[in-house]
Amino acid sequence: MLEINNLKSRIGDTEILRGLSLSVNPGEVHAIMGPNGSGKSTLAQVVAGHQDYEVTGGSVTYKGQDLLELEPEERAREGIFLGFQYPVEIPGVNNAYLLKAALNAKRKHAGLDEIDAFEFLKTAREKMATLDMDPKFLNRGVNEGFSGGEKKRNEILQMAMLEPELAILDETDSGLDIDALKAVANGVNSLRNPDRAIVLVTHYQRLLDYIEPDFVHVLSEGQIIKSGDKSLALELEEKGYDWVREAASA
Amino acid sequence: MATESENLESLVNRRYEHGFVTEIETETLPPGLNEGVVRAISARKNEPEWLLEWRLQAYRQWLEMEEPEWAHLHYPKIEYDEISYFSAPKSDDDRPKSLDEVDPKLLETYDKLGIPLHERARLAGVAVDAVFDSVSVATTFKEKLSDAGVIFCSFSEAVIEHPELVRKYLGTVVPRRDNYFAALNSAVFSDGSFVYIPKGVRCPMELSTYFRINAANTGQFERTLIIAEEGSHVSYLEGCTAPMRDENQLHAAIVELIALDDAEIKYSTVQNWYPGDENGVGGIYNFVTKRGDCRGANSKISWTQVETGSAITWKYPSCLLRGANSVGEFYSVAVTNNMQQADTGTKMIHIGPNTRSTIVSKGISAGKAQQSYRGLVRVMPQAHGARNHTQCDSLLIGKDCGAHTFPYMEIKNPSAKIEHEATTSKISANQLFYCRQRGISEEDAVNMIVNGFCKEVFKELPMEFAVEAQALLNVSLEGAVG
Ligand SMILES: Nc1ncnc2c1ncn2[C@@H]1O[C@H](COP(=O)(O)OP(=O)(O)OP(=O)(O)O)[C@@H](O)[C@H]1O
Ligand SMILES: [Mg+2]
Repeated sequence: MLEINNLKSRIGDTEILRGLSLSVNPGEVHAIMGPNGSGKSTLAQVVAGHQDYEVTGGSVTYKGQDLLELEPEERAREGIFLGFQYPVEIPGVNNAYLLKAALNAKRKHAGLDEIDAFEFLKTAREKMATLDMDPKFLNRGVNEGFSGGEKKRNEILQMAMLEPELAILDETDSGLDIDALKAVANGVNSLRNPDRAIVLVTHYQRLLDYIEPDFVHVLSEGQIIKSGDKSLALELEEKGYDWVREAASA
Repeated sequence: MATESENLESLVNRRYEHGFVTEIETETLPPGLNEGVVRAISARKNEPEWLLEWRLQAYRQWLEMEEPEWAHLHYPKIEYDEISYFSAPKSDDDRPKSLDEVDPKLLETYDKLGIPLHERARLAGVAVDAVFDSVSVATTFKEKLSDAGVIFCSFSEAVIEHPELVRKYLGTVVPRRDNYFAALNSAVFSDGSFVYIPKGVRCPMELSTYFRINAANTGQFERTLIIAEEGSHVSYLEGCTAPMRDENQLHAAIVELIALDDAEIKYSTVQNWYPGDENGVGGIYNFVTKRGDCRGANSKISWTQVETGSAITWKYPSCLLRGANSVGEFYSVAVTNNMQQADTGTKMIHIGPNTRSTIVSKGISAGKAQQSYRGLVRVMPQAHGARNHTQCDSLLIGKDCGAHTFPYMEIKNPSAKIEHEATTSKISANQLFYCRQRGISEEDAVNMIVNGFCKEVFKELPMEFAVEAQALLNVSLEGAVG
């Protein structure tokens, strides 16, 4: 589904991704861990198509097409969803309005009619209930004055509504209380199916207690230096990153 | 891929008589302004002697005045002697015979705005025969109004049919010597609208120049007078969202509103004149004096405007709050893109006791546009308990545009409560990226953010107008990003 090969990317003059390779197949859940500043968010932003990151080498194919050739909105309509580490506030724009516009953009792309307003509200309320989110959040400005945890839940609500094929969640677990963590995990797990892939960027094992990954990768200085199964996350929790880095440079 | 730093309408003098449009044969006066020209204009309109005298006095006052230079606007000096102050109607031979002869770019805009086909023809100045439909609509409309006792006609018609009313109120809100452009208008005004709502009458429909078909070409010196008698109510819509074809560069209009005891006037404008091309060439200069007089107790005047057109806009719809407990409101959305310049705002003059005013101004600048908000709140010594709330927000799209706010407050009564809030925000690259990551195009994202920013003002507009205004805003900002 997603094939990243020897990807190099920089912002300004700083090279951040230095030959990163990763292969994600439908049905899989991948966890990406790694020290602060190692390039995890950069990877997520490059896949989503952020204009500030320049790709200087390598390739990214998604569902058989050159992803780097697509505009961000085209990538999204093709099923890529990025749960932002820092979701931006858009004052004055109604949360429900954005959600509906996003859904309809995707439906249009798929050759479907616009969603009926009644059906939209019904679905949104259902999804919000599973996320323990008050329906009043629909009528607020997009992330406007939301608490850190509320922003993250809102990202998951958008994901749940958009039903992406490839969801990349950048530290969606950070800043969540225990109940919120469970709610977010529920949201992710209910999306899991053989046709979809999920990439979780996280610092903590506790998320992985709720969402069991098929693969765990360690990203350090712009490269994946070690991959393993879920036990790798446990090992990292216990020992930190130094031993992996040493082993990789040895 | 785009980054933030890279981004971001012949004076046709026709008379309206029982639903028929007649053309009067006139020749064009040679350019230049003198007493002879003023006399000629008045004579062609068969005006009474008092009105000619009124015009002449205005002309003499104008001669002694100087063009204001205090606005935050830059434009080449206007050569008043090169303007023709009365021009012959364009004969049908000179006008496009059908839409096929109209500039495709204009048609494209009509299409985007969803303007009905027959309307497109009228707006584009297609010869009258082709625009038959709207005549019958206008006739039905006129009958309904006259049943209610409402007078709604062209200014020239009012001068002939209702001279006592015109004489009583003309110039009582905007005196001839009010300002340079007001004096000019008073001397040479072409035509405009006249509205009279009798005592206790609630006007049965929204009055719109849209239905006054002969109003399509009122010329460059438009004059509007609206009188709401005791306890009456009227909502007036000026303008049209579709860009009008217009060969006059300088426009200096006057609008006078008079609300007597317990009367309410709601005046909504959508102004979409030609702003010029990307380099600012050919756009209209719009210097308008709009003022409402809350003459009676408990009266209310509300200005709502959506301004997207003109190369230069100089406009401050104002309220004179004279009656006790009278209310003035000003809701404005002004959009400037490319090389447009706008210096707009309002004046709320609190004279009577317990008068209240609300100002909500939303300014959007994109491209290399410059926009200034100039708001005056004046509380006179006798205005006990006056209150004002001002909210002034600017939204910038791109880095080459500017927004300037000049609030002026003159408070001469210590019991006054005045609140002023101002914000400036930018559409950030990250907001746009966020929307795009959700599958929404950059243009749609900008529209969404802009409409969100303006919703407080849009909700003050009559429903259909609000929808059109929203579409208009989107068209005006097309290409602002990217
Ligand atoms: N706009 C920018 N200008 C300069 N450097 C940047 C910019 N954005 C990111 N970087 C740098 O790129 C590196 C990788 O950042 P990135 O956000 O990808 O790290 P991360 O792995 O997600 O870290 P964290 O775990 O703290 O979220 C960091 O050193 C960061 O300082
Ligand atoms: Mg990060």
